[in-house]
Amino acid sequence: MNRASNQAFVALFERDLYVTFRKDLIPFLSQSLLQPIFFLFVFGRVLPEIGAARGSYGIALLPGVLALTLMLTALQNVALPLVIEFSFTKEIEDRLLAPLPVTWVAGEKLLIAALRGILGGILIIPLGELILPGGVDLSNASWIGLVAMIVIGALAGACVGLVHGTAVPPSRITIAFGLILTPFIYTGATFYPWESLDGLRWFQVVTLANPMTYVSEGMRGALTDQPHMAAGWVALGLVVSLAVFGFLGVRGFTRRAVD
Amino acid sequence: MSGAALVEVAGLHKRYLAHGPEAVAGIDFSIVEGEIFGLLGPNGAGKTTTIGAITTRVKPSAGLVTVDGFDVARDAVSVKQRIAVIPQRPNLDRSLTAIENLVFHAAYFGEPRRTRRRRAEEMLERMGLEGRADDKVDTYSGGMAQRLMIARALMHEPRLLILDEPTTVLDPQSRLFLWDTMTDLRERGVTLMLTTHDMVEADRLCDRIAVVDHGTIIALDTPRGLRSLLPAERGVEVTVAGAQPLELPGGDGVESVEGRVEEDRWHGRVYGDVTAARLAELVRAADRDLIELRRMEGTLEDVFVHLTGRELR
Repeated sequence: MNRASNQAFVALFERDLYVTFRKDLIPFLSQSLLQPIFFLFVFGRVLPEIGAARGSYGIALLPGVLALTLMLTALQNVALPLVIEFSFTKEIEDRLLAPLPVTWVAGEKLLIAALRGILGGILIIPLGELILPGGVDLSNASWIGLVAMIVIGALAGACVGLVHGTAVPPSRITIAFGLILTPFIYTGATFYPWESLDGLRWFQVVTLANPMTYVSEGMRGALTDQPHMAAGWVALGLVVSLAVFGFLGVRGFTRRAVD
Repeated sequence: MSGAALVEVAGLHKRYLAHGPEAVAGIDFSIVEGEIFGLLGPNGAGKTTTIGAITTRVKPSAGLVTVDGFDVARDAVSVKQRIAVIPQRPNLDRSLTAIENLVFHAAYFGEPRRTRRRRAEEMLERMGLEGRADDKVDTYSGGMAQRLMIARALMHEPRLLILDEPTTVLDPQSRLFLWDTMTDLRERGVTLMLTTHDMVEADRLCDRIAVVDHGTIIALDTPRGLRSLLPAERGVEVTVAGAQPLELPGGDGVESVEGRVEEDRWHGRVYGDVTAARLAELVRAADRDLIELRRMEGTLEDVFVHLTGRELR
């Protein structure tokens, strides 16, 4: 059983890599990068230019946009396909009948979505260099921290996406995506360092419920010498996010897969 | 039937909600290796749930389901290695071309890289799809999609092929092709299970049929065995030109006659032991033009309605 299941897992992953790189690359990259490009341009370049933000705002913004792209790309690459595959195209059935446990099918979905998130996220760095007035300064970056945050952030996004994709009934998909994604984007410490919310205490507390807060803050710590949430709290937040959303997501997937 | 049982279903119960109704309320049957087994029943009778249990997609609330000796609840992976499913609606991988669908499916089942493509090409040819190998599957018609799903199912050489209402959406040509394919597969030793409400299909293909209603099996037999369940309906149906009823003298085993007139023709159902030959003589003696004459024999549809009633579901 294990050999067959390992082979099946690898083959599923191969199929997804093939589709990502050979069929989907341009649409996939434009879908995941268009929004962050506008965020970088409008908030990082236009606002300072017209005097509505300080010129250094881009430095605080880039780690947040990087976290946002990682997580949102991973999230959307698992949630939306799952809703469609479970209800409309039924494409998931061929995977569920492949010789591997149902939880592994969920695991593979997380892995490929995280990979897509990483791919989109990494491209934010050269884009930031192009778009932001001050470019990107990596002289203070901790490379280990950056790699760790990219991988963990993408996985966390994929886990949130798995919950999202299996919990939303197909008839409500359009409304649910708007209702969930918008708060997710704006409460994740993307556009502001978390510590600077001191004066808006209730909002600062609310943002702790969003896993993206920890990814943004961790990214700020890894990329800049700007103030950020302490590393211990970031680590704890990430572990809890991965555990909670990972568990709920895999359980939700199993419930959809086996009645 | 000879041979060993490939599928065993014993005391299967399924309740989807804790206090909801039972979708399957105690079903027992076995499918013998090499036969075509039909599950016949009205909508909502429990056919899809039963298939779901065999294919590991529905967790039994009670009872035991095994495929080739493997328990679907405890050893789903071993079960999945032995089965393939042709669903009612296409579930092909729409990001891929036809041949890629087959190649990746084979990969899921551990087919070595060097043989995948060749086998996929052979299979496409067998299903008459060789010219469309590199087309995206969403350009396929319903019949072609189904042939591709059969090809995909056969890529990993399943012991049991399950078809869920396979001919509901097919044109007559595709339907005949499917029937031929199924017969051919059985000759190659593949065991087949299908659900249907098409009586002609069930009668023509199945070695044995289980009639399911309200979550239980109400009859299980060969098509001929099922037909013999009908209350004796012996007699002859006759149609003659002209509106006036056919004069039938007493005797000749005629017990009763039901007649009706339609478009200047008289149709009669003559019940009893009377033979068609005798009736032909009577028609000639009465100097009437004979249009149609046939011995009445219950169809599977009659049996089905007899067993499950006329109520709509």
